[in-house]
Amino acid sequence: MLWYVIRRLVMVIPTLIGVAIAVFFLIRVMPGDVVVVKLRADGAAISEETIQAERKRLGLDKPLYAQFADYMIGLAHLDLGKSLWTGESVLKEIAIRIPVSLQIALMSAIIAVAIAIPLGTISALYRDTWIDHTVRVVAVSGLAIPSFWLGMLIILALLSLFNWLPKIGYVPFWKDPVANLAVTIWPAISVGYRYAAVATRMMRSSLLEVMREDYIRTARAKGVWTQLIMRRHALRNAMLPVVTVIGLEFAFLIGGLVVTEQVFNINGIGKLFVDATARGDFNLIQGLVLLIATIFIFVNLIVDLLYGWLDPRIRLT
Amino acid sequence: MNNEVVSTLGNRALVEPASGPAPSRAGEPLLEIQDLNVQFVTSHGTVRAVEGLSYEVHPGEMVAIVGESGSGKSVSALAVMQLLPAGTARTKGSVRFGGRELLGLTDEEMRKIRGRDIAMIFQEPMTSLNPVLKIGLQITEPLTIHLGMDDAKSRARAIELLTLVGITDPESRLNQYPHQLSGGMRQRVMIAIGLACNPKLLIADEPTTALDVTIQAQILELMKDLSRRLGVAVIIITHNLGIVARYADRVNVMYAARLVESGTAERVFGRPLHPYARGLLTAVPRLDRGRNAKLSTIDGAPPNLLNPPSGCRFRPRCRFVIDKCLEDPSFMEMEPGHLAACHRVAEIEAIDTEDRRIETASKASVNGHDDDSILAIKGAKKFFPVRAGWLRKPKLVRAVNDVTIDIRRGETLGLVGESGCGKSTLGRLVLRLDDPTAGEILFEGVDLAKLDRGGMIAVRKKMQVIFQDPYSSLNPRMTVGQIIAEPIRVHEILPKPQIPDRVAELLQLVGLFPYMALRYPHELSGGQRQRVGIARALAVDPRVIVCDEAVSALDVSIQGQVINLLEELQQRLGLTYLFIAHDLAVVRHISSKVAVMYLGRIVEYAPSDELFANPKHPYTKALLAAAPVPDPVIERTRPRTIIKGELPSPLNPPPGCVFNPRCPLATEECKQAVPPTRELAPGHSVACIHV
Repeated sequence: MLWYVIRRLVMVIPTLIGVAIAVFFLIRVMPGDVVVVKLRADGAAISEETIQAERKRLGLDKPLYAQFADYMIGLAHLDLGKSLWTGESVLKEIAIRIPVSLQIALMSAIIAVAIAIPLGTISALYRDTWIDHTVRVVAVSGLAIPSFWLGMLIILALLSLFNWLPKIGYVPFWKDPVANLAVTIWPAISVGYRYAAVATRMMRSSLLEVMREDYIRTARAKGVWTQLIMRRHALRNAMLPVVTVIGLEFAFLIGGLVVTEQVFNINGIGKLFVDATARGDFNLIQGLVLLIATIFIFVNLIVDLLYGWLDPRIRLT
Repeated sequence: MNNEVVSTLGNRALVEPASGPAPSRAGEPLLEIQDLNVQFVTSHGTVRAVEGLSYEVHPGEMVAIVGESGSGKSVSALAVMQLLPAGTARTKGSVRFGGRELLGLTDEEMRKIRGRDIAMIFQEPMTSLNPVLKIGLQITEPLTIHLGMDDAKSRARAIELLTLVGITDPESRLNQYPHQLSGGMRQRVMIAIGLACNPKLLIADEPTTALDVTIQAQILELMKDLSRRLGVAVIIITHNLGIVARYADRVNVMYAARLVESGTAERVFGRPLHPYARGLLTAVPRLDRGRNAKLSTIDGAPPNLLNPPSGCRFRPRCRFVIDKCLEDPSFMEMEPGHLAACHRVAEIEAIDTEDRRIETASKASVNGHDDDSILAIKGAKKFFPVRAGWLRKPKLVRAVNDVTIDIRRGETLGLVGESGCGKSTLGRLVLRLDDPTAGEILFEGVDLAKLDRGGMIAVRKKMQVIFQDPYSSLNPRMTVGQIIAEPIRVHEILPKPQIPDRVAELLQLVGLFPYMALRYPHELSGGQRQRVGIARALAVDPRVIVCDEAVSALDVSIQGQVINLLEELQQRLGLTYLFIAHDLAVVRHISSKVAVMYLGRIVEYAPSDELFANPKHPYTKALLAAAPVPDPVIERTRPRTIIKGELPSPLNPPPGCVFNPRCPLATEECKQAVPPTRELAPGHSVACIHV
């Protein structure tokens, strides 16, 4: 098992490097000139010299390979450069916004897992009964309803039913858990519903397939009762594809946060992303994309490790 | 015998005998099935999977249920255990176990019996164990559930069981996972699980079908031995008549959901009463019979159980059918304990022997033209590199390791060996579906590896292949006609307008109707699909056909038909066959020369009759000893030397002679070098220094 973990960890490094290179070049392909946008913000006419001077100041006049070298060296020092818009270090801009986004993402993942496993199991066990049909309708709705629309519905419901709106402003969890949850639970639910739907469907179909396997028949022939078969024999085998799906969906979740944060007016990574793109602030965009890629890589690393723990065939070969 | 406490660890009893229904008086059956009926409700209609089945099993007996696919034998066993899918299966009748009726029991009551008093082992050892749980847990599970044993006791019992079934180093095995064990070992674990709670009855559903011949022999010997020692009755379900002859006390023959014959093994084999049983026994190629007679086969195929024929189910295929057969036949007892369901039981014997004498056609002997070698394999090697890790050198799987053999025009070379010996890989090398790592493969004098694309395409017309699995070797999205026409079109043998006629001709050649060209593969039976595969191979007028386990996946009665067809075609069209198989009797029947392969090398090569009459190499002898002959009288008197051990990994073959770890004749010298092939008699060569 140790070898497996080490192997996987080591493989992360070249992946990150590859992503960094890809991000650098892709960003520079984007249209829009951040300098022009920034300086022309108030609509005034700007002279060409001013634009060039600003360019020079930001280091944008250097040839591409020089910029790339700066970038890679910077990365080695964990310096992502400065935002071309605000002038602040990119790392700082991200650092102040990431806790809330990450918390929402994690909460929705927890909600998803907590709902999907029991619901998927029940749905598979009582296949084709009203229980199954109900669960499946709920799951399909989760896929069909856009998370931002659900978010808006939640806000409307809170307003009209309880005459209450979630506060704007993020308080870290350890300072005031109640206030924190009052803000974060709603976006977590909007995003988490879809997440749960995908995982539920996967759990259901995976479990149905596992129940048809020969070793379940062997367990029955041994006289094991249904509940124990579920717990000991079936679930662990059925979890394998579900774990994969949860890992994959986490990435889409981060993307989904972009819109949801707008809806709930949360100052998180998503909002930062939108703003940076509108302004063509490619240092910031670079940093954000790199960040998300890193999160995704680590989430999948965890998924792989979980896989190795669940399935001995993977860790022992 | 059921009261005997099982323990090999000193005198301490680890398992008390099963409580529950009192053990029987002598003569009282342990299991009594009366008029069992199982139906499945499907969207196409009601499938009558088992009808009117009645038989008994006495304590300590080994009863075989024989039948082909679709006969209902597996379903009947699952019905006894009540493991059939609850939604679609309807079971009626009576199943009494130790005097207690099982069919009315609640799920919970039945659950207490499963694994405790009646145990079942299944066909596929590769998938019957849970891959994520340790072996130890899977063995101790029935002990903790049924007997309430604590950890220490159940662990000790598990070790005892593993030793009982012949698994070495049981303590470390307990912590291993199923994928770390071979197929034979997994099946032993399944037997250990089955015997854990000392059941009175063990049901084995095709327990060795997925295993090699030598491993099969080990497992069955073990089951027979345990059955005698522990007094466990065994119901063995199989389609292999040899196994039945060797191991069973009583035989029940099933056809199309009904029992057609029942009796002791000696009587049923010695004097089969029902036409189906008679047909089966003559359709099976046998190691102890001459090869010159064509296999006498049963025409047609088993009926569709959604809509079976009225009256006797065997009626459409029976040679002795009369009008009375439209009525359901009842069981007639011709001798004490020997019953058959046929109206003409009394007369058949007399009629049949006469007919058989007239009918036995002898097939023309096919021998190669001595000077004309169509396929010469010289020193062929095929190694597959396997990545052992990032920084380690890749290891090599030595699939084919220095094979030299000649095939003459017009003859059939049988290539025999167990799984993993490299015979399929050699077949692929001959067809140049893989390139050899070393050595030459000369087809009509030309080295295949040296041919360019154009040259190879020309050669492909002359060499064709028939694969093992009739289900996956035909493209499901093409009609039969398109499948057969494809090679004709690719090689541009005929102009387009003439193709349909040629397809019709080919279909008739293989015994199918021309209208079947419009059908899709899924509408045909296994035997019909295999015929389509043969027609496709013949479409380009090849000289050589590689038959890679071409009849292994077919039922016995269909197998005989296809074998006869292949022989007939060889005779008519002057074909040469490379016949790859693991069933010795089939290989012997169809081949003129036979080569035996073990771990990538040819260990013996001789004309067919010579090889089976005078096997020289210890491995060949072991194979023949392991393969049962469908004749109980012969089987009872044969010496039983079962080879031990398992096939070594081709990643790490033993030094010197690859067979030396398992060979009864092995000495130190054998490990020194690979034994050279010596010709001991004209045409008979062996690679062994001790014969």
